[in-house]
Amino acid sequence: MIGTEELIKISANVRKDIIKMINISGSGHPGGSLSAVELLVALYFKYINFDPKNINNPNRDYFILSKGHACPVLYSVLARFGCLNIDELYTLRKLGSRLQGHPSRNEKIPGIDVSTGSLGYGLSIGLGIAIGIKKQINRNNRIYVLMGDGEQQEGSVWEGIMSAVHYKLNNLCVIIDNNGMQIDGNTKDIMNIEPLADKYKIFGWDTFVIDGHNFDEIDKAYSQFVENAKKKQGKPTAIIAKTVKGKGISFMENVISWHGNAPSEEELKKALNEIDASITHI
Amino acid sequence: MIKIFGNKATRFGFGDALVELGKTNTKIFALGADTAKSVALTNFKKMFPDRFINVGIAENNLVGIASGLAITGFIPFIATYGVFLAGRPWEQIRTSVCYSNLNVKLCGSHSGLMVGYDGATHQILEDISIMRCIPKMKVIYPCDYIETKKSIIACAYSNGPVYVRLGREDTPIFTEEDSFFEIGKANILRNGNDVAVMACGTMVYESLLAAEILAKKGIKIKVINIHTIKPIDEETIINTAKICRAVVTAEEHQLYGGFGSAVIEVLAKNCPVPVEMVGVNDRFGESGNAMDLIIKFGLKSTNIVNAVLKVLKRKK
Repeated sequence: MIGTEELIKISANVRKDIIKMINISGSGHPGGSLSAVELLVALYFKYINFDPKNINNPNRDYFILSKGHACPVLYSVLARFGCLNIDELYTLRKLGSRLQGHPSRNEKIPGIDVSTGSLGYGLSIGLGIAIGIKKQINRNNRIYVLMGDGEQQEGSVWEGIMSAVHYKLNNLCVIIDNNGMQIDGNTKDIMNIEPLADKYKIFGWDTFVIDGHNFDEIDKAYSQFVENAKKKQGKPTAIIAKTVKGKGISFMENVISWHGNAPSEEELKKALNEIDASITHI
Repeated sequence: MIKIFGNKATRFGFGDALVELGKTNTKIFALGADTAKSVALTNFKKMFPDRFINVGIAENNLVGIASGLAITGFIPFIATYGVFLAGRPWEQIRTSVCYSNLNVKLCGSHSGLMVGYDGATHQILEDISIMRCIPKMKVIYPCDYIETKKSIIACAYSNGPVYVRLGREDTPIFTEEDSFFEIGKANILRNGNDVAVMACGTMVYESLLAAEILAKKGIKIKVINIHTIKPIDEETIINTAKICRAVVTAEEHQLYGGFGSAVIEVLAKNCPVPVEMVGVNDRFGESGNAMDLIIKFGLKSTNIVNAVLKVLKRKK
């Protein structure tokens, strides 16, 4: 089993990939990519049953990035996981690149099973996969859907939240990157979604509130979901991960303008230095 | 004389074909949204309860779940009223289904004015326009019960997204089990070289009636059933226009962006001949008896006759 120190190192590399990619492309979404780094690194390097060389394995797991604008973090994790060449990361958003501005199924990248980018769609798609798996004999795949917290404002999300419980989809895990911010400001000011955990609980989900940057807490939540998923049917799992938008780069943390902005050369240099300094003790 | 083999709504052609498909193909899955009974899914549900779900009144979720089912290898057919299916979850259809090119079949029932008494809110007259403009989407509007069965079976085996337009009211059955049907290939139902009438869905039968009326006046029209609006049969349209040199289009749908527009797009580029269009002219429907509405909105055989006479005057 991979250790926490290794996960921290991978996370640092992913953060560096994200800001390098966005610097080169000149556009993209660093804030919400950086907040989801630990959630995705732990998922891919510890929990997901997914082999990029064998994507047709009928029992492999599915991951849907419902907040498609955070694709830099997904592309980087997929690259570090062996689904893409690291060099390809630097083609992000360029004409002819497989790394579209939001994930596209058409580019046939292992791990991207559906195109996303318009918010509020991923959960229903995940539900469909979860139902489809349960309807087939000898399949026990798990389905993970990462959503944003602002995304919870979409009405279609609540259609999905209601029906996951109705269909007893214990093979479905929703992760909410709860960084508290959206394009126009703080989520609580734009359209308050709180108390989010209570809402999921009252709808019937097995709900965890964790620090989304703490690998021990992430472990506990994912392990519990994996246990939940072993049963024939039961409650779906919601992991509400308290995160920091722009996490790991001091001048980006909790600054809304970094939702969708590319760092300059100077800012890139500063950010890379900070990330390197953060792991010197390991 | 037009041979008629009974009256039955096209929605039942959908329901019956789906049951046939379900018997031989275990990948066929049906999804309803609280209108399952009205869109003729009852028998499928009874026979294949493991391959049917009702998501309740939640069309966005309906399309998303179907997308996920397609990813796991099923061939999901989703059916509800066309206005709720094509309208509300349009962006999911565009982005989740079509952009991902998922094998989801969308069956929009209760189309057109003939929904009748429910009125404008339920009379979808815009679905052809908003479905055919999405890349990867195919659009089929069968003319009767038998052709609907063939359309549903064909679309199950045609990879990728398809929208099939269905109706609530009983309409004449005038095609036969052994008549030719292929997605994307128009059928010439009656020959004549004075004017070509190109029609889809409910207006195909009205066009045949118009041909009878016109024949008595010595005018011979060609009647073409263009059941596949996308990909449209350009070859047949162009060849026919070259011979007849005047065209009338007929549809129970808005004129803007609909079937007639699709025909004109082909003609304008390849063979610009005079065209008259029969359809709904930029207005909403209203409550009333189905046939009374068809008369009020100018979608009867007599309206096609008038359009033919008008286009004949413009023919060079």
